[in-house]
Amino acid sequence: MSAPAIAKPNVAAKNFSQLAGFWDTPIGKKAVMAVTGVILFGFVVGHMLGNLQIFLGAEKLDAYAALLHSMPGVLWMARLVLLGSVGLHILAAVQLTLQSWEARPRGYVKKEPVAATYAGRTMRWSGPIIAAFVVYHLLHFTFGAAHPDFQPSKVYQNVVTGFQVWPVSLFYIVAMVLLGFHLQHGLWSMFQSLGFSHPRYTPKLKQFATVFATVIVAGNCSIPIAVLAGLVK
Amino acid sequence: MRLILHVWRQKSPNDEGRMVRYETNHADPHMSFLEMLDVLNEELISNGEEPIAFDHDCREGICGSCGFMINGKAHGGHPGTTVCQLHMRHFKDGDELYLEPWRAKAFPVLKDLVVDRSAFDRIIAAGGFISVRTGSAPDGNDILVPKEAADRAMDAAQCIGCGACVASCPNASASLFVGAKISHLGSLPQGKPEQEIRAMRMVAQMNEELFGTCTNLGECEATCPKHIPLEVIARMNRDYLAASWKHR
Amino acid sequence: MATTLETSPLLQSRLPSGPIETAWDRARFEMKLVNPANKRKYSIIVVGTGLAGGSAAATLAELGYQVKCFCFQDSPRRAHSIAAQGGINAAKNYQNDGDSIYRLFYDTVKGGDFRAREANVYRLAQISVNIIDQCVAQGVPFAREYGGVLDNRSFGGAQVSRTFYARGQTGQQLLLGAYQALERQIGLGQVQMYPRTEMLDLIVIDGRARGIVTRNLITGQIEVHLADAVVLGTGGYGNVFYLSTNAKGSNCTAIWRAYKRGALFGNPCFTQIHPTCIPVSGDYQSKLTLMSESLRNDGRIWVPRRKGDMRPPNQIPEEERDYYLEERYPSFGNLVPRDVASRAAKAVCDGGRGVGPHGLGVYLDFSDAIRRLGEKTIRERYGNLFEMYELITGDNPYQVPMRIYPAIHYTMGGLWVDYHLMSTIPGLFVIGEANFSDHGANRLGASALMQGLADGYFILPYTMGDYLASAKLDKVSVDHPACKEAAGAVQERIKRLLSIQGKRTVDSFHRELGKLLWDECGMARNARGLRQALARIPEIREEFWRNVNVLGGNEELNQSLEKAGRVADYFELAELMCLDALERDESCGGHFREEHQTPEGEAQRDDERFCFVSAWQYTGEGKQPALHREPLEFHYVKPSQRSYK
Repeated sequence: MSAPAIAKPNVAAKNFSQLAGFWDTPIGKKAVMAVTGVILFGFVVGHMLGNLQIFLGAEKLDAYAALLHSMPGVLWMARLVLLGSVGLHILAAVQLTLQSWEARPRGYVKKEPVAATYAGRTMRWSGPIIAAFVVYHLLHFTFGAAHPDFQPSKVYQNVVTGFQVWPVSLFYIVAMVLLGFHLQHGLWSMFQSLGFSHPRYTPKLKQFATVFATVIVAGNCSIPIAVLAGLVK
Repeated sequence: MRLILHVWRQKSPNDEGRMVRYETNHADPHMSFLEMLDVLNEELISNGEEPIAFDHDCREGICGSCGFMINGKAHGGHPGTTVCQLHMRHFKDGDELYLEPWRAKAFPVLKDLVVDRSAFDRIIAAGGFISVRTGSAPDGNDILVPKEAADRAMDAAQCIGCGACVASCPNASASLFVGAKISHLGSLPQGKPEQEIRAMRMVAQMNEELFGTCTNLGECEATCPKHIPLEVIARMNRDYLAASWKHR
Repeated sequence: MATTLETSPLLQSRLPSGPIETAWDRARFEMKLVNPANKRKYSIIVVGTGLAGGSAAATLAELGYQVKCFCFQDSPRRAHSIAAQGGINAAKNYQNDGDSIYRLFYDTVKGGDFRAREANVYRLAQISVNIIDQCVAQGVPFAREYGGVLDNRSFGGAQVSRTFYARGQTGQQLLLGAYQALERQIGLGQVQMYPRTEMLDLIVIDGRARGIVTRNLITGQIEVHLADAVVLGTGGYGNVFYLSTNAKGSNCTAIWRAYKRGALFGNPCFTQIHPTCIPVSGDYQSKLTLMSESLRNDGRIWVPRRKGDMRPPNQIPEEERDYYLEERYPSFGNLVPRDVASRAAKAVCDGGRGVGPHGLGVYLDFSDAIRRLGEKTIRERYGNLFEMYELITGDNPYQVPMRIYPAIHYTMGGLWVDYHLMSTIPGLFVIGEANFSDHGANRLGASALMQGLADGYFILPYTMGDYLASAKLDKVSVDHPACKEAAGAVQERIKRLLSIQGKRTVDSFHRELGKLLWDECGMARNARGLRQALARIPEIREEFWRNVNVLGGNEELNQSLEKAGRVADYFELAELMCLDALERDESCGGHFREEHQTPEGEAQRDDERFCFVSAWQYTGEGKQPALHREPLEFHYVKPSQRSYK
């Protein structure tokens, strides 16, 4: 440390075109995470609603699956959008995380959280675990590679036989709980990242996020639990 | 009151630094935290030991000079309180306290509990102002400001630039500080003409200073001695996103 | 000493003649201008970044001068102007309650007990309206009414509502406005900013101020900075008392070094005691906290009628309470000027009716206001002050009356300057609290912010141009013998402080000096006490230079060393203050000589003998300083016994 800090000259003279681009700033990346988060959240809701048809019987669920496969254009379009979203979501998250780690090279001997929720503090744990789960889930039920008794286009049967293995069900349930935490923080956080916050609505938004995350967890977990309990055979 | 203090001692910016244990029997519940350190420092000097360096000036919670971590919480973690206003009645006889400087790459430690926060000044220099030449202003009442907007601006303008937001943020992000200035100036009609370029410049400078990124955890809001709300960060995001979309 | 009132030839005040209403206009017209293209060829050093220094540096840079700006804090935003709470006066008459420039002028001259220059004060009142405009345009979030117009409150010493405010943080908001303007110029490369850099000497070459010697507080490096002119906006010297409402770092070193280089020191004994501060709680006390004077708008001051009444305040019935200000001063009530309110508090406490554990306190009670206006309104007006009070004392002022006691707050004295704000050293300008100019013997509330910004935004930028355009300034280099001599002296002094290695800490000396000064040269003074202090100060100073213990070295951040240098200067300043207080054998404003009081115990001026500014000249180490007088003339406001009854 020699000379005292003097502001770099002419920062206040930069015009729009000389300033950092959207993706170069953390706010831009956060906005990308929020938008992709919305898409992925929409998918999670749709996916859950589709899957809950398991309670309506094998015919309904298999027919639903067949319906989706009857529109390969739409299906692949959706898959590409989702894949892109996941990719961007993860890329932005990794870059932002690295930036944050670099921003505090030396940590505290003692550090106590004052306000951060458990969900918020564990985003960087829940995220990668959910990503790993998604890979396993695709291998398990979509491609069948991780399924001991996979029958193409027999969705109902695959689900039942898949979940009858209890460690698999347990992993699904754990992953869903993590997803719930991830959503609880992510759902209101995306509004904040996109610039929406209001003293009246933000607290409601947080409540809504908690309720919605709980519904998603409950809905998704109901399937392996029902299978294990023998309610769905 | 007897206290055990573990204090970060670092002789110079390049020194390695370490925690050192001190004991004092001369704390009094009516003292402020800094007065307790004053007394400890007098003891240290009498023993031929160099006193603990810490930034402080007004000692009434407004200049923003003071601040360090007490047991892992910025300014000790009491709502709306800087360390200079934190009184020892909040502690018990025999308490063991850990005092550490703000930690962030953008805030290098200069000595003991003193850090360099000039990054904040450079962010303001980049765009945290309204460009109005002295003498060129219209009459004060020519610019009508709805009371609500003035109040909102004032809520954000209370920021004292102490750096607790950065220190307590798990990501070492400066978003609350930057958002506060953007909200203060952007809430007023006078600040509108430069609203977009201000957000762009300040955000770019914040990035250049190597602060971390906001993950909306709210640690900053909770430890801010001036109760700056998290909404100011949303405001910064909104202004920045709108500006960068418009000038893409 | 003889008291023929002749202006000392050293004190060319350059006051404009003719009607006061147009004096500043005429003075401005007569000033020489610097061609816009030539401004960048001039460099100016500004020391201090408070309201005065910050606004001056920003405005000079806007005009095109090359500015180097210095502050000892880690950022220009931390200057102690930030702690001003209540507000800033301006003669806008937005309330339609009879205010005018003339009335603000009148109130200020009277409030200062007729010890300020009329022309300066009139100019200040005129400029006050421009300040509000400028600050609004900068985005200072002043309080507003529901219609969107600016709100006002009333303040001590005035019967109109002319104070503009931003909650209880007006100083903060005004300072941030100036700071942001300054940062803008730093960003544009127009100002070079040197934070954590302390001025330790002034460089005078060929009779003109041409530079300063600084110490980098991080590395200890001693540097010489040269320029065409030097501006000091380094604030007041209230910390000479150790306990004051000033920030811990506020100090007199810059102006004291300038004094020792030949600048005359005006009215050093004029210090202001603020009536509403939180009482001292123990020996470890490091500073005193002010509660804004604006609290006196709605709070009622009282003590028990009975001596030694130890009942809790809420149990003392109405008829046993003495609302002594309201009784003695029915027309101003709790809003009498600060000096009057402070002395009244001291009188009741000296009479054994003080409250609180040490008996040094009076109640400031809001229960009536809360009943009348509701807690919500009170919270809106004073919320942050109440919060601060509770943080410090642990008492909730919504339920229990506050306890307050007077404390040192402001120094009206400072380096003597002429109408152009230039000291007796050509090229050395002094602005804000650091100069002696506009407040006379007592400053009214909400006037310090006004003066700091008037000097920095609207006066200095003109007078500086006049100086630069008329002065013939040769190029100077750091090799000049005067630079070497000044830098050498600074290094020598530091070396000396570090080499003593005695037994006592710097703070212990500072406390001892402060207590002595508070006792003998504080709220009330008398010749005997002042003589005792003048005998005692050199003894403590001698012990300081023999027995102080400053650990560590120079080439590092060394807060003890910083303090030691400042305290060494306080010893010398304290002596000058006592000398001035002894010499001024009258009472006026905050300077209360017990020998001179009216039968009611008010300050008794002696206009025959003392209607002048005392300006002290340094004559060498160990020698008695020389007193020069600038007689004051009053053509508009005739001096009278101040009455607030």
